Amino acid sequence: MFSGEQVAALFTSLGVTHVVTVPDSTIGRWEDEIEQNGIAVVRVCREGEAWAVAGGLHLGGAAPIVMIQCTGLFESGDALRNMLHEWKLPIYSMIGYRSYLNQDTLPGDTTLVFTEPILAAWKLDVRLITQPSQLSLVAEHYRECKTAAIPGVALIAEGKA
Amino acid sequence: MIDLTDALAAVRTNRKADDVVITTMAASRAWMEAGTQPLDFTFVPSCMGHATSLGLGLALAQPKRRIIVCNGDGSMLMNLGSLVTITSQAPTNLVVIVLDNGVYEVTGAQPTPGSAEGRSLGHAVDFAAIARGAGFNAVYRFSTTEQWAAAAANALGARGPVFIWLDVRPVPGRAGPRSPGPAAQRAQAFMHALGVRPH
Repeated sequence: MFSGEQVAALFTSLGVTHVVTVPDSTIGRWEDEIEQNGIAVVRVCREGEAWAVAGGLHLGGAAPIVMIQCTGLFESGDALRNMLHEWKLPIYSMIGYRSYLNQDTLPGDTTLVFTEPILAAWKLDVRLITQPSQLSLVAEHYRECKTAAIPGVALIAEGKA
Repeated sequence: MIDLTDALAAVRTNRKADDVVITTMAASRAWMEAGTQPLDFTFVPSCMGHATSLGLGLALAQPKRRIIVCNGDGSMLMNLGSLVTITSQAPTNLVVIVLDNGVYEVTGAQPTPGSAEGRSLGHAVDFAAIARGAGFNAVYRFSTTEQWAAAAANALGARGPVFIWLDVRPVPGRAGPRSPGPAAQRAQAFMHALGVRPH
């Protein structure tokens, strides 16, 4: 979808200070370039941690992004609920949408069934990104969410189709 | 065994003016009963287990302040991986205190799976060994009020990340903590007390 250089440049342009992450085979390949751009990468052991670490960073004045796969979204619901909806911390996230681009060639991944309904259930403002040409939409959405002081999600299609 | 109020009193006595103190679950209730200040973060409502993660984020964002997390043993067990995450970042300004009463106190004092009563072999888990294994260099355990009161200043002041394990007496029958106000407003007030503006 995107190169690490593209994502690192995007985060730098947005003023992101920390990326709190558990990798997958797409988003994990961005880590080196992100760190090389001077953005701190906080590697957590499970995705639920990511929301709370990002919450602490935000409260402390930093500008974190959570970067996880959709399976980690499923794992981390209570932390998300508490940080984004109870404390109302406007934390932005990039969530990898596993198998989205492989639907025709490798059908049957249930992440395709549950990811979007779960994001809707969590009442999150989501921008689905399916094309490499749409990187600017992530920046646009990030800025919209920051202006509105709400959390947002860039849902990044993954796969090889 | 240390009374919860005595355990927290030593923290209160030794905190510096610019320290942040995060409390959760029963510790929040006891801390609030003794009075709060703007740099206290009463993590109620919470996502149970994540006080350590919240503290890590604050420690990274506020490296010149000491961040003290007063956690429970049940909460610690829910997020043991956070100890590894903490040491991976090695914040020198973070102190994790586990107030170990062996039970889920706010739900009726059921034994945790880490307590001797909650385990078929009858031996409680060794939080100090877990912390050392995770990479904490400064690890302390205190089982009496006198020991803790005497050593608190040094333990809290050690180069972090610091892990302090306190054997605390359960307080059965007490209700869980209540949020002292709307969480979102409290978040804003806390950030104001830190002197930061949201991005």
